[in-house]
Amino acid sequence: MFDHKHFLGLENFPREDIQKIIDTAFEFKEVLNRPIKKVPSLQGVTIVNLFFENSTRTRISFELAQKRLSADTVNFSASTSSLKKGESFKDTAQNIEAMKIDAVVMRHPAPGSSKHLTEFIDAKVVNAGDGTHEHPTQAILDMMSIQEKFGKIKDLNIAIIGDINHSRVARSNMYGLISMGANVTVCGPANLIPENISDLGVKVNYDIDEVIEWADAVNILRIQRERMGIGLVPSNREYRRLFGVTSERINRRKKELAIMHPGPMNRGVEIDSEVADSDQAIILDQVLNGVASRMSILYLLLGVKDESANEG
Amino acid sequence: MKVNKLDNKVLLKNATVVDPLKESQSIADILLVEGKIAEIGRIRDLDAITTIDCSGLTLTHGFCDLHVHFRDPGNGDKETLESGSMSALAGGFTRVCTMPNTQPTVDNPESINYIIEKSRPLPVHIHPIGSVTKGQHGAELSEMGLMHQAGAVAFSDDGLPVQNGLVMRKALEYSKMFGLPIINHAEDECLRAEGLMNEGRVSTRLGLVGNPSIAESIMVFRDLKLAELTGARLHIPHVSTADSVKYINEMKNAYDKITAEVTPHHLFYNDEYLEDYNTNLKVAPPIRDSLSREALIKGIKNGTIDCIATDHAPHTAHDKETTFDLATCGLIGLESCFGVVKKILADEEGLSLIDIIKLLTISPRKIMGFDNNLLEIGKEAELVIFDDEERWTFQEKNIESKSKNSPFINQELSGRVKYTISSGQIATTL
Repeated sequence: MFDHKHFLGLENFPREDIQKIIDTAFEFKEVLNRPIKKVPSLQGVTIVNLFFENSTRTRISFELAQKRLSADTVNFSASTSSLKKGESFKDTAQNIEAMKIDAVVMRHPAPGSSKHLTEFIDAKVVNAGDGTHEHPTQAILDMMSIQEKFGKIKDLNIAIIGDINHSRVARSNMYGLISMGANVTVCGPANLIPENISDLGVKVNYDIDEVIEWADAVNILRIQRERMGIGLVPSNREYRRLFGVTSERINRRKKELAIMHPGPMNRGVEIDSEVADSDQAIILDQVLNGVASRMSILYLLLGVKDESANEG
Repeated sequence: MKVNKLDNKVLLKNATVVDPLKESQSIADILLVEGKIAEIGRIRDLDAITTIDCSGLTLTHGFCDLHVHFRDPGNGDKETLESGSMSALAGGFTRVCTMPNTQPTVDNPESINYIIEKSRPLPVHIHPIGSVTKGQHGAELSEMGLMHQAGAVAFSDDGLPVQNGLVMRKALEYSKMFGLPIINHAEDECLRAEGLMNEGRVSTRLGLVGNPSIAESIMVFRDLKLAELTGARLHIPHVSTADSVKYINEMKNAYDKITAEVTPHHLFYNDEYLEDYNTNLKVAPPIRDSLSREALIKGIKNGTIDCIATDHAPHTAHDKETTFDLATCGLIGLESCFGVVKKILADEEGLSLIDIIKLLTISPRKIMGFDNNLLEIGKEAELVIFDDEERWTFQEKNIESKSKNSPFINQELSGRVKYTISSGQIATTL
């Protein structure tokens, strides 16, 4: 039983449903490894990818997932500059829904926008990133990749490194990982980590060497260029020295470490090229798991419900 | 709501008459003749006059709100002086002070005259507040003297803080000549930055940029020190943080020309209520955490906070029906005020009814220098009659404002205004 109309975020999302998404994703991953990579699960279902913010990999990943499931897909991209007023967001959504669609996958720069969308339309909504709030499908694919690597998530030590304050990836990962029983530490510049983050159940450590020594996996966030501009991070080289996952730091470590990054990477800033290309990196596994995870989520939301749904 | 001209003779029968000035309470009848109080006591029924049965209802001074936005001139799609006065009557308010952040800004005597003249036929007494600086730009002082002569009752750039400390100092010094308070929207714009809601655990979870409470309290502290330095009157609007309350309390012990208000929404809500990104709770200053809320209530109990003011801020549906980051700040509060304040301060916090009445009547009138001796023979009837026991669900149909941006819709409130009498008219809520 998977009783969710929308997929908006992982905060307060039931642990067993996260596990169900991951388990189903592994089943779809098998499909992706076949010569014919397509199943008829969502035949006749129409999904609109509504992207109000630039995205390459997330949009392609969703589109591929939809095509693999035989859904009909339409892509809509609007630059944020054409969105001076939020009304156009409401109007766009309602116009698209008027054409009879079943679900909307939306990326939007405003936190809470996917929640707002559910108030404006009746179709199912999948959050593909709402500003600095959540990016739940990314967290699912991250957790799937962790489970693939370690065979479990519970009790693992997972570090999230970078700009926690402005990261939807960090938020969704924290909610998901804590729910799944992992130990989570966040690491990054103190002015990019909210003071009250520990209320969410994570630890804070500003010492990257300690964090790397402690962790089973590190999820390295992209450091945004625009953060440099307003003086929060003095320079690329200082960031690399203080928080970069460098080859020296990795080589110093004895145990194996899973290296993760949601992309796109700033090689030489938050991650060294040698680290990104090393055997310990599971970054490209994350990409394929992203397609499988999104197939799983779309299927569970939109596919034929199991028998129990027909009861009563 | 119905609004009718008062009949020549109206008998308000069997009311629980509360006079917050004399701190008295008794069951009495009040006879109104030509809109004025003619007799108070036990009055025999007379056949020829209109009688309103006030059994079980409380009758007291009409409420006074020293902080409303009626958007007139310039934004008649949100509110006008006419629609705003209907909103006030629905909430039991007979006297309000309008903020000058209109289009254009009320920064000259002609604009003051416009509001006074346009309000003259309206059933609510409307007093304009003039801006501190021209165009609310925070740079050059407005024509405070001429506005005072035209009838301005205070000066404020509300909505925008006077950022420049020197401008604030000079404004305080200048206003001393007229004895009128400066009302500064206290918020350090650099510390607030792009903040959308209170900075804290909830903003972190929601991914919304936080507006830290220190952005307010640091500015409140500056203004208090400048008021003390200059010897001027300072009124602090919509206090929202624990530190602001603390600083006001300390300064009041040292200097007596400080007053402060708090809004019903800051008393009712805490930031946990923003979980669903409800844009009707986007307001400046933001809804704070539960500790701040408790400090505000404590501030009322110990007298640090003088009065309640609604900061009634109407916005159209499309101003609010958007994502949280783009939604405008503000919410309407006149119609729901009494039910909210009664529920929080009396039912939950144990204040007496007369203390709540004071927060809505004699306290704001005293700050603004309005007549407080209202229950006197010969005075124009400026009264509210309410049922302090009624529990009711606030609904959109209870709103008389042109705008409906109230977070209180569907909230259960306690205490309900039945009649508002002002300027020879009587409003009957439905």
